[in-house]
Amino acid sequence: MFDFLLFPEQATANAQKLDALMLFEIGILVFFTTLIFTLILVFCLRFRRGSQVDRSNAPTHSRILEVVWIAIPVILSAVMFIWSMQLFYELYDPPADAAEISVVGKQWMWYLQHPQGRSETNELHVPLGQAVKLNMTSSDVIHSFFIPAFRIKQDVLPGRYTSLWFQPTKTGTFDLFCAEYCGTNHSIMIGKVHVMEPADYERWLMEKGVGPSQAEEGERLFVEHHCAGCHRGSQTVHAPRLEGIYGKPVPIQNGREIRFVQADDRYIRDSILEPKTEVVAGYEPLMPSYKDQISEQDLLKIIAYIKSLSNQETPQ
Amino acid sequence: MSAPAIDADHHADYLTEHTVKSWLLTGDHKRIGIMFMISVTIFFFVGGAAATLMRLELMTPKGDVLASADAYNRLFTMHGVIMIFFFLIPAIPAVLGNFFLPIMIGARDMAFPKLNLMSWYVYMIGGILGIWILIFGGVDTGWTFYTPFSTMYSNTMVVTAALAVFITGFSSILTGMNMIVTVHTMRAPGMTWFRLPLFVWSHYATSVIQVLGTPVLAISVVLVALERIFRVGIFDPALGGDPVLFQHLFWFYSHPAVYIMVLPAFAVVSEIIPCFARRPIFGYRFIAFSSIAIAVFSFLVWGHHMFVSGQSMYAGAVFSVLSFLVAIPSGIKVFNWTATLYKGSIRFDTPMLYALGFIGLFTIGGLTGLMLASLAIDVHVHDTYFIVAHFHYIMVGGAVMAYMGGIHFWWPKMTGRMYPEFWGKLSALLVFVGFNVTFLPQFLLGWLGMPRRYFEYRPEFQVLNVMSTAGASILAVGYLLPLIYLLLSLRHPRTAGPNPWGATGLEWQIESPPTSHNFHGPVLVTCEPYMYSPEEAEREYAHEQLVHNA
Amino acid sequence: MSSLSTTLEETALGRDVAPRRTETLLSPHFDNVEQQSNASILGMWFFLSTEIMFFSGLIAAYTIYRALSPEAFRLGSQHMHVWLGFFNTLVLLTSSLTMALGVRESQLGRRDGVVWYLVATAVMGAAFLGVKAVEYSMEIEHHLFPGVNFQVPAEDAEALAEISATPEELQTNLGRFQMMFVLYFFITGVHAFHMIIGIVAVLIMAALMKRNWFSGNGTTQIEVLGLYWHFVDVVWVFLYPLLYLIDLSGGH
Repeated sequence: MFDFLLFPEQATANAQKLDALMLFEIGILVFFTTLIFTLILVFCLRFRRGSQVDRSNAPTHSRILEVVWIAIPVILSAVMFIWSMQLFYELYDPPADAAEISVVGKQWMWYLQHPQGRSETNELHVPLGQAVKLNMTSSDVIHSFFIPAFRIKQDVLPGRYTSLWFQPTKTGTFDLFCAEYCGTNHSIMIGKVHVMEPADYERWLMEKGVGPSQAEEGERLFVEHHCAGCHRGSQTVHAPRLEGIYGKPVPIQNGREIRFVQADDRYIRDSILEPKTEVVAGYEPLMPSYKDQISEQDLLKIIAYIKSLSNQETPQ
Repeated sequence: MSAPAIDADHHADYLTEHTVKSWLLTGDHKRIGIMFMISVTIFFFVGGAAATLMRLELMTPKGDVLASADAYNRLFTMHGVIMIFFFLIPAIPAVLGNFFLPIMIGARDMAFPKLNLMSWYVYMIGGILGIWILIFGGVDTGWTFYTPFSTMYSNTMVVTAALAVFITGFSSILTGMNMIVTVHTMRAPGMTWFRLPLFVWSHYATSVIQVLGTPVLAISVVLVALERIFRVGIFDPALGGDPVLFQHLFWFYSHPAVYIMVLPAFAVVSEIIPCFARRPIFGYRFIAFSSIAIAVFSFLVWGHHMFVSGQSMYAGAVFSVLSFLVAIPSGIKVFNWTATLYKGSIRFDTPMLYALGFIGLFTIGGLTGLMLASLAIDVHVHDTYFIVAHFHYIMVGGAVMAYMGGIHFWWPKMTGRMYPEFWGKLSALLVFVGFNVTFLPQFLLGWLGMPRRYFEYRPEFQVLNVMSTAGASILAVGYLLPLIYLLLSLRHPRTAGPNPWGATGLEWQIESPPTSHNFHGPVLVTCEPYMYSPEEAEREYAHEQLVHNA
Repeated sequence: MSSLSTTLEETALGRDVAPRRTETLLSPHFDNVEQQSNASILGMWFFLSTEIMFFSGLIAAYTIYRALSPEAFRLGSQHMHVWLGFFNTLVLLTSSLTMALGVRESQLGRRDGVVWYLVATAVMGAAFLGVKAVEYSMEIEHHLFPGVNFQVPAEDAEALAEISATPEELQTNLGRFQMMFVLYFFITGVHAFHMIIGIVAVLIMAALMKRNWFSGNGTTQIEVLGLYWHFVDVVWVFLYPLLYLIDLSGGH
């Protein structure tokens, strides 16, 4: 019962630095609170009605005091700001060799995908001492990825990618919470972060066999859902080729006019789910819709596959 | 030039005429203040009931008291919406401000009595819509209505709630406009700006925020409603919109809104401290100007609610600097109030207990605000119970305590009756203790990582949650007692007298309760405010003791 | 002189024309008529200052977008109906004249004159709205109303394609072309909404004037109404050049 801590575990260097800043600020809070409480107490006792003390010439203003009690808080504020700004900046500055993990938040679970292929739900396994960068998006509402032991948090937004990075310094299991109210089961959109010794982590990655990468998985799905039938050199169907289109503008037929649309994740996803809304100029609206047939996770994999095709030249 | 109205019947006060019509069609700012007082009290207890249920649920880590997570989500939403829009925003300005601002400047009413009455009716319409929502299913978006949950995913009465907030906002705007024009045009001869009670300065600053900020809230909720009904796409990324835009719009009002809630509290404290320390206030001009500074700065800091929202790191830095700066004027006030106690002749009547409690709790709340302005710390504690504790320290430990202090201080003036001092002191103490037991543990809970708006939580957080609920039960008693003894005091005859506290200020120079037109003749102001003398107070007290012991 | 009551209880609405009261009624909470008048006028100015902020924000948004994509906005502006807008400007300015004359009539104590000028103001306001409706319907018909039916006209799309260095830039310019219309419809729409409120207020005041509702010729009330009307007019004086006259010469 009397297990309770005053500080959560410190499992990253960032956590230690943040705790130091927090202690400083708690110190300031305690100092000023004690100061005010003490002054009030002392004045109330000393100058309570009926006490025999000198009350003559009670001052009504003091320019000097005002300056002092403006200047000191300003200086302290500057210190707090600069210190915390430094830490904050570091949170936005991941090392170049950070391993990247994709995260999708959705009502009410976290889906995490390691680049080497393994994916997990509501659990995150990471190796000790390795910097990890999370690339996150939401498939519905705003969520927030929060690991108290690492002292990090970042809102996860639909239609956008946000990121977070950390480098664990301690093995163990730590809480993962959703920290932005997202509906009915917001309170149970929680999980665990497992920091493992690097050897254990490698073993864990291999557990399900040498898994395919996201792009390889995507290609499998591309064939499985018969996309390749039209989009990979069909004799009978005239469909746009996908090599090299990722990130480029695509001409879209719009009545008599033509407009250009960027072939990004959104475009590819919409083309799969609602192909008739943006038909490429010069092609017939023949593609069927895959709405409700392909999950968000699979869509991400297919997008990863199509992304991987952009290194090749577009054969004409 | 007409002479001011003089009441023929000197025994009639503003409460005398009893007909319902005379109340519902009144233009009298005092009656409107009383009507607001009754309304906000009802809403306070409804919001409090929601909080009670929430704290009962939170005694155990699993969800076992309420029917479902959805029920909990609706409760915390309604608690927030009711407490903020139907209690905290109107409470001090529309009750005490309406009642006393005209009298304090020597006027017979507000500049626009009909607009004043309309403000109450608009508030009631919004409030009734709020009750309607409560009965017929509630809203579960949180009082913050974040998109796209509120616009595309919630299955509750979001549009109705948006409408209720939209309507109630106009009440705020009308009150603000009325007060500003009143202060500019209706001060009695001799009432220069620097002779105004600080209560008036603070309410003036509050009114500026109300008039300038509330329209932005109105537009924000209108956009939510439009998005929900017409799928306009402004907040929907699939249609090219941006959900974070809502946060900018919402917080642009909602941050200044918290100053709408706390500036009037400062106003009350600035009146009580000098009276019960029997001393002129220390640093009058600094306190006056700091209110204006707060009103201005409050519009520049909204992004500190969005440090982890996806907004740029540089925007975060700018908002962080400004948030530190906005704390400085509040600090000035706290130091000046404390200095006012020096060489005073201090009495510890109930209003003073509330005011002193305010200073202590507001200091804690404000300093934790500095922690939140510190970017890296906020990253960790944002959306946790740390935030909940912070704002409850300011709103409850601050604003509600000041409201209670003000109600007690001015009760004899408004009603002509005194409240029982023993019960008053006991309640103040219960509130102070209960409040700290409820909310101090929540700072720790948040720091340890317990997120807010959680219906179920990790078992290791239970001890602190139980403590918090225990405190809440003490707090509840502390609030129920005044409801009872203040109502009971109305059974007594009106014997409080015009000035039971020996206070300065024009409101204490007229009858208790005041007559309908406040003053009997022309008003001329010739002296500075807060002309108390601690030495004279001591002499009087010594004399009293002599007489008493003789 | 009991009273808490105000003019609400003194003259019931719907009664026939009341006897004239040439002395301005002083509400009991004011010390003198001047204070009463000042309060009303300050109140209206205060409200107008918030409206100025509102429209300033919209105009600022328009200006920023125009600076970012001058060619797209220029091309969009070519579709504005300059002469209809000119007619509307004349109408609105004249309505401000009739409003000002109405204020003067009230100061001279000529109530019938006030009613006549207020009605003229309302009629002109209605004419403004009518022309605006015609403009809107033409623009909607040409697929220039933002939304699913919006289409960049072919000539404009070509012109934008010529000046766009990359396809991404063309995409942006096409979007900005539509943005011009978003701003146009929103700003003029909000302005029209304010006009509707103004017209209703003017007609109500005219009716009350006719029934001798106001004491003392209603000078303050009409003046306050005039302030609102002039404000709505001044906003249009900014909108017409910004939306219609800009880039009229057609050159780069």
